Amino acid sequence: MEQFFAALTLSAGYNTALVCIGAALLGAASGAIGVFVLLRKRTLISDAVSHATLPGVALAFIIAQVYFDSGRSLPVLLFGAALSAGLGVLAVDWIKTHTRLTEDAAIGTVLSTFFAVGMVLLTIIQSMSIAGQAGLEGFLLGATSGMLKSEALTIAVAAALVGLAVVLRMKEFSLLCFDESFAAACGYNVRWLDRTLLLLLLGIVVIGLKTVGLVLIIALAIIPPVAARFWTDRVPVLVAIAAGIGASGSYIGAALSASAPNMPTGGLIVLVLFSFFVVSLLISPVRGILAAALKHYRFQRIVHLRQGLLAIAHDEPVLEPLTRSILRRGGFMGGDGQPTVKGQSEARLIERDQKLWNLYREMHPEESHALADWSLKPIGEVLPADTVRVLEQELSPHVVRGDETSRGGAA
Amino acid sequence: MHDRSSSGLHLLHDTDTSKTVSPQDLPFTVQGMTVAYHHKPVLWGVSYSAPKGCLTAIIGPNGAGKSTFLKAALGLIPKLSGDTKVFGAPIEKSLKRIAYVPQRSAVDWDFPATAIDVVLMGLYGQIGWFRWPSRKHRQKAMDCLKSVGMQDFANRQIGQLSGGQQQRVFLARALAQDSEVYLMDEPFAGVDAATEKAIVAVLRQLVADGKTVLVVHHDLETVRDYYSHILLLNGQHVADGPVETTFTAENLQKAYGGRLASTQLDGLSEASSA
Repeated sequence: MEQFFAALTLSAGYNTALVCIGAALLGAASGAIGVFVLLRKRTLISDAVSHATLPGVALAFIIAQVYFDSGRSLPVLLFGAALSAGLGVLAVDWIKTHTRLTEDAAIGTVLSTFFAVGMVLLTIIQSMSIAGQAGLEGFLLGATSGMLKSEALTIAVAAALVGLAVVLRMKEFSLLCFDESFAAACGYNVRWLDRTLLLLLLGIVVIGLKTVGLVLIIALAIIPPVAARFWTDRVPVLVAIAAGIGASGSYIGAALSASAPNMPTGGLIVLVLFSFFVVSLLISPVRGILAAALKHYRFQRIVHLRQGLLAIAHDEPVLEPLTRSILRRGGFMGGDGQPTVKGQSEARLIERDQKLWNLYREMHPEESHALADWSLKPIGEVLPADTVRVLEQELSPHVVRGDETSRGGAA
Repeated sequence: MHDRSSSGLHLLHDTDTSKTVSPQDLPFTVQGMTVAYHHKPVLWGVSYSAPKGCLTAIIGPNGAGKSTFLKAALGLIPKLSGDTKVFGAPIEKSLKRIAYVPQRSAVDWDFPATAIDVVLMGLYGQIGWFRWPSRKHRQKAMDCLKSVGMQDFANRQIGQLSGGQQQRVFLARALAQDSEVYLMDEPFAGVDAATEKAIVAVLRQLVADGKTVLVVHHDLETVRDYYSHILLLNGQHVADGPVETTFTAENLQKAYGGRLASTQLDGLSEASSA
């Protein structure tokens, strides 16, 4: 625990601090790019990208080990990863455009095949009995223990660059994700924009291999934007929140991992991110499920109360049990099922309000369509006073004119 | 007045068109366009030239390739043959002079954006790469929302708008582009009466400002009221020209075949035969 707080406050040594900062930048960048992967509905292909890195890593290791005797050089391994991941994306693209298979079928095929090749190569490496292969498993699930300073620095800088690129391209990516054909009709090269998006994602995957591992790296690009989506309805805010969640989740996860070196860093980071997701899902006031449930409960109550009172006003029996209990709790209905005096007078008020609303909907169908809470609230709380006065005159012109005998004109 | 002599069909066979109309004056010309989905032709050698400064309806039965015609002409979907010229220049170089309004159903309205965000997208081309919308751009977007009667909904999330309001936001986005040619794919599909009225008013204003407007239209009843010209498609080019001379029972029969009852045809083309 002490170690965890030490790592969290960047006081557990220079290397640990660097790893944590690197992870935070990685999380921020992947959260930002992930927003557009999510909005483009391409989260599946990101999974293919990450799994397709494995054969590249393994092959790069073998080649570097056999020819240069330096199999653990991170840049070489990452280069191999990027190459095979790029190949994987092209394979998916090719299958999609040249056959009638859908993208998900193409992804499933490519993903599993590339991963299988990678696993076979890993087994071959293990049987080669060469030194330095121990670190390779780290690419599967992520390991920050024993990460070199230069490696951590590379990760931090590369992640910052990717994040910057996403922010600079935010406008065009938004357009691409919202309305592809409009973007194309405006002269944007949609194919090229799509490629840029995938390329940046691929960059994140490759940079994050060492920290999070290829099995889980994609969670870093998916969970932060999904969690952030609960909080906002604007793209720039979404990017900011996703980057924030990604950064803090990765930072805390990396700090946890520093205090427990035997735990896989990737797993810890993803679990922390998942907790952010659960919290967002539950408590977000914008799209969270608690807020939605509460809103629905209130809404249902208002509708039942109003319909119950309207039934009383029309001398109709109230049969629905929920309506009856709501009326009783409000003191509008007695235990015998008969309306109370309070219920009677409230029913008159609601009936008149409903008549005004009905009239308003008849006179201004378009405006009332746009109103979210017509006939849910008293009309005077929603519409300006002068509009209500016009409606009242329409409803009962005789009162205004002082002509007691004529019946109101408007239905 | 636009007549047969300046229509695309004629252009195909006549090499000496410069005498009558110079290509620079033709806002939107499609030549010999053929499109197929999975080896099944949807459009077959369609040639057409839109009359400048007119409001034209593209009509035809379901599956006649009306939307496909616009998409292929814009280069949004692959075509087997044919090309599009905008004021005499290839379409790829003239996209700035065109505003396209896709079908409302083509996008996911749960996208995290407000109405004004969507309208601002129409200005991205003017804003340019690596830069953000300025106050001036926001003001312009607001003006466009106002002209479709949506100024009060500028900051509403687009998913919370009604279908008609969403369509108006799309229209406002096209207005923001300040183009010379407007191509609209079924802007009247599933909208309320008030929206339909608002859209018609905007279309008329565009034409009054000298713009050329082409609209994929479904409702034959309103063609005569809304448009001055039509293009009648049925996989192939059936007819095009002014409503009075082209929107006839004979032409409609050619495009729709047995799908229109004869009484319907009589009702629609009454005015022309009178």
